[in-house]
Amino acid sequence: MSKRIDVKDLNVYYGDFLAVEDVTINIEAKSVTAFIGPSGCGKSTFLRTLNRMHEVLPGARVEGEVMLDGDNLYGPGVDPVTVRSQIGMVFQRPNPFPTMSIRDNVLAGVKLNNKKISKGEADVLVERSLKGANLWNEVKDRLEKPGSGLSGGQQQRLCIARAIAVEPQVILMDEPCSALDPISTLAIEDLINELKDQYTVVIVTHNMQQAARVSDRTAFFNIAGTGKPGKLIEVGDTQTIFSNPVQKATEDYVSGRFG
Amino acid sequence: MTATTLTGNQGAGRAGDKIFSGAAMAAGCLILAVLFGVALFLVVQAIPALTAPAAEIQGGEGFFAYIWPIVIGTLIAAAIALVIATPIAIGVALFISHFAPRGLAAGLGYLVDLLAAIPSVVYGAWGAAFLAKEISPAYNWLAANMGWLPIFQGPASATGKTILTAGIVLSVMVLPIITSLSREIFLQTPKLHEEAALALGATRWEMIKMSVLPFARPGIISAVMLGLGRALGETMAVALVLSSGALTASLIQSGNQTIAAEIALNFPEASGLKVSTLIAAGLVLFVITLAVNMIARWIITRHKEFSGAN
Repeated sequence: MSKRIDVKDLNVYYGDFLAVEDVTINIEAKSVTAFIGPSGCGKSTFLRTLNRMHEVLPGARVEGEVMLDGDNLYGPGVDPVTVRSQIGMVFQRPNPFPTMSIRDNVLAGVKLNNKKISKGEADVLVERSLKGANLWNEVKDRLEKPGSGLSGGQQQRLCIARAIAVEPQVILMDEPCSALDPISTLAIEDLINELKDQYTVVIVTHNMQQAARVSDRTAFFNIAGTGKPGKLIEVGDTQTIFSNPVQKATEDYVSGRFG
Repeated sequence: MTATTLTGNQGAGRAGDKIFSGAAMAAGCLILAVLFGVALFLVVQAIPALTAPAAEIQGGEGFFAYIWPIVIGTLIAAAIALVIATPIAIGVALFISHFAPRGLAAGLGYLVDLLAAIPSVVYGAWGAAFLAKEISPAYNWLAANMGWLPIFQGPASATGKTILTAGIVLSVMVLPIITSLSREIFLQTPKLHEEAALALGATRWEMIKMSVLPFARPGIISAVMLGLGRALGETMAVALVLSSGALTASLIQSGNQTIAAEIALNFPEASGLKVSTLIAAGLVLFVITLAVNMIARWIITRHKEFSGAN
């Protein structure tokens, strides 16, 4: 259950301001695609258009197409709520629901779509999701405790468990490790490697080593200057982007000469 | 640098610290002193009424027999106010914080705040002169159709000046308190939690149920308790609206009385033991309010582990 995403000629606006210009990119199923680039280049904004989360901000809109296995996410009559239940998201800072137990956090999304789930099924699902997020052994004895009592890295893995519990087609990750220590980061990176066997994963990262470590393909975004729109400069196999990019700007960025 | 810089005590900052901490301490102590003073006054003045022979208290059956019907009346009026006001207030607050377009939200929020600025005597006059008259057909209907319920037993009051009318007026008065506090709390819900729900495929209402309401729960309870405090203590509106009398179960007959209105209506002509009786009634109101606040605090702390504060 994973689908590919094909984006064609996508422009993202905030009101009249063009934030991201003319992105065309193919994101392969069952692979990890990393978005890299300097701050403010629009990579997070672009990521959020892939599950229509950008619409949370008033005035945000897009032009162009985002096809999920051939279905346009922005087609007429498409409900963003349905889109988001198929394309999961993990955020920059861990955000488990503070008033829910660990177990209820994992089940939160499932209960939205399918109100009646038997206790037995729920138990199986909780265990499978937490195992899928490499968290089961750490929390299996305290499933009824609040999720906010976990460490930052554990909370982030709980959020991943929550995202995969609804069995999405795609998982988007918006700098999932930027608030975590190196050991927790390693745990998440290992997890991303396992997730791509089943899911299409898209990750935004500031950390180029991380992109090199976890991704199969890498897309480099850049911005010409303040107030200018962000653009996709180059996308290709991670190996190629880091060792032999086509564009000069990409080479400068990955070799640390700017940005 | 020599070692003296560590031990030396210089600079104006140090004096500022002392002045500020002193002022803060004094303010804190003053509050406690005032509270203690009020409590002491109430207790000392109430003692004659509490110790007097039963026959000398109004009604002739002792202080307890005198106070309990108006305690019940107070609680009924406040309960009616909260039952009506709380859902409306939360709905309006949610509409302002999460549904209304921004321009409308600001105007509506301002209007609700304006409700709080209307003096209570105006509410009382409105309730007595307008609402009571307009609502009495509804009471007749309730008496005719729902009369089998003790609370709607007929015959309905012809003037409409009943405890239910008083409760409705009180609900309008507590509405702005609960609304504006709830709205502030709703607006403080972390974006992160709202997005967590939306990203799972929650609709807006599901997002509110998953993120906003759980986050706001302690705040809503505090807001309701503040509203309750106002409803329990409100004097003028009840005194004007309610045609008081003995305790009755029916909400649509005249009758019942609240502590605050009882004190206000009788205090000017009271003397001797009667004054003491009324002050004792005030002490009872004080204790009720205190108890309500303590219960609210207990409810809030009971869920601390899940509050997100840790």
